[in-house]
Amino acid sequence: MTAEGTVNRAALPAIFNPEDLNALEQALRIKEQNPGTTVGLLTMGPPRAGEIIREGLYRGADTGWLLTDRLFAGADTLATSYALATAIKKIGDVDLVIGGRQAIDGDTAQVGPQVAQKLGLNQVTYAEEILKIENSKATIRRMIDGGVEVVEAPLPLVVTVNGSAAECRPQNAKLVMKYKYAACPLEVAEDDPRKGLRAERPYLNLTQWSVSDVDGDPQQCGMSGSPTKVKEVQSIAFQAKESKTLTAKDEDINALIQELLNDKIIG
Amino acid sequence: MNNVFVYIEIEGTEVREVSQELLTKGRKLANELGVELHAVAIGTGIKGKVEEQVLPYGVDKLFVFDAPALFPYTSAPHTDIVVNLFKEEQPQICLMGATVIGRDLGPRVSSSLTSGLTADCTQLEIGPYEDKKSGKTYENLLYQIRPAFGGNIVATIVNPDHRPQMATVRSGVMQKAVYDGNCKKEVVYPEVSKYVSPEAFVVKVLDHHVEAAKHNLKGAPIVVSGGYGVGSKEGFDMLFELAKVLHGEVGGSRAAVDAGWIDNDRQIGQTGVTVHPKVYIACGISGQIQHIAGMQDSGIIISINSDPEAPINKIADYVITGTVEEVVPKMIKYYKQNSK
Repeated sequence: MTAEGTVNRAALPAIFNPEDLNALEQALRIKEQNPGTTVGLLTMGPPRAGEIIREGLYRGADTGWLLTDRLFAGADTLATSYALATAIKKIGDVDLVIGGRQAIDGDTAQVGPQVAQKLGLNQVTYAEEILKIENSKATIRRMIDGGVEVVEAPLPLVVTVNGSAAECRPQNAKLVMKYKYAACPLEVAEDDPRKGLRAERPYLNLTQWSVSDVDGDPQQCGMSGSPTKVKEVQSIAFQAKESKTLTAKDEDINALIQELLNDKIIG
Repeated sequence: MNNVFVYIEIEGTEVREVSQELLTKGRKLANELGVELHAVAIGTGIKGKVEEQVLPYGVDKLFVFDAPALFPYTSAPHTDIVVNLFKEEQPQICLMGATVIGRDLGPRVSSSLTSGLTADCTQLEIGPYEDKKSGKTYENLLYQIRPAFGGNIVATIVNPDHRPQMATVRSGVMQKAVYDGNCKKEVVYPEVSKYVSPEAFVVKVLDHHVEAAKHNLKGAPIVVSGGYGVGSKEGFDMLFELAKVLHGEVGGSRAAVDAGWIDNDRQIGQTGVTVHPKVYIACGISGQIQHIAGMQDSGIIISINSDPEAPINKIADYVITGTVEEVVPKMIKYYKQNSK
């Protein structure tokens, strides 16, 4: 945690959020079923997050963009979705924005719908399978409370994918070879030994964008673009109860059951 | 202006319990702030059916939007209605269920109004706030309290400058109660077409299928709950047997659900079901804060754990140090023997 009560992400490893992998699988299936489709990965984070893009390339994505800027730091979900929506506008011609339902850290599930709203697009959340794309419409099976629903929504569309959707395919060895040295500029050192290789193979140079690259308004990014503030964080000291300690021996368990029955706690 | 709003979730013509729980909490907040409690119900064929399910929980004014294609729920029409209604009504607080619908609608509304939204709150309170940077002080903000990232930490979130202050709360976290104080119980039926344009209805629901819950974990008087220490799916069979003889229900921690040992609709904790049973038997559960948040108000807590230092033991009334597979069969045996 930082002094402002936000998570100190510099101290954390960059991981591919589990439900985003489910989302990537849905995207790769659409690519297979609809020739000419390309899959691009957009992520926001510190320069290390380039690893996430490589991970996606290894599994079959075509390209990636890393949004990285100190101005993005301390963003709540609204400022995060502002940044992502701005980048998607910059990317331009997008038919489907697919993401995981929620992040493994915050569990809020807010960024997908907020990106959709900012782009003025429709949304389908809690998707389990994109059944088909036809006539610029997507048919999607989604989870709802206590059941399932099948919806049809016109493209362009934002879809968030649930963890119960199909698992993502593994890395492809050929793609690992191809993209192993892919990196965004901030990941590459001055004395990079693979400068020549990068010049030769442009697909190894991942796109990296700052706030100004995507024509973002700094006021709407990071901490200043976040309406929610952390008032305080408290470590929980559980109110220790006076508890009775028992062993797994027969007489202890028997005595416990008798006590609960006598007190009419169970019956 | 400045009132407390609750979004009413409706399946067909039936109001979901989570909305009644939020109305009960919303009434308390409104009383503390000295404002009114309002509610908005959106659906098809609900006029004359939802009023009696909503008003008894202390509602001063209920807005009913009844028109074709507002059920089943789709994002855009419900967002348009709520956003346009909020632009007129300027509420200070809006509460929604942390359900599939609430988590689809809440962020969309908050983004439209550029207001803050906190998901999965476990407590809501009113209090002051001082912004340390600007030195500005605020009175009567909504404290949105939830377990936070990274261990046993609870964060209090506030939205100082944006309205409404929005929060979602899971089903079962608040307790519903019919309000016996005075309230206005006014109902209005605004013209739907003034709030939502025909273009909002482009997403079609081709099939909508909801089954009645397979279990009553939320209302069970006795809950037998298993964690990673249960060790296997077969281990859970034992828990089901204990629950059966005690006439209780079985739940699980997130670790057990993630391991595939128990269905995710039985997950107990902040991101699952919150339970308030008379007796909670925690089998092989270490006691992450997210889990504790979903069961700490249980009457009697019995913890069975091979680790005497398991965090959950601190809030337990009875701590049995032993493995689940040794202790649970003995509990079944001695219950059968003694209850005859």
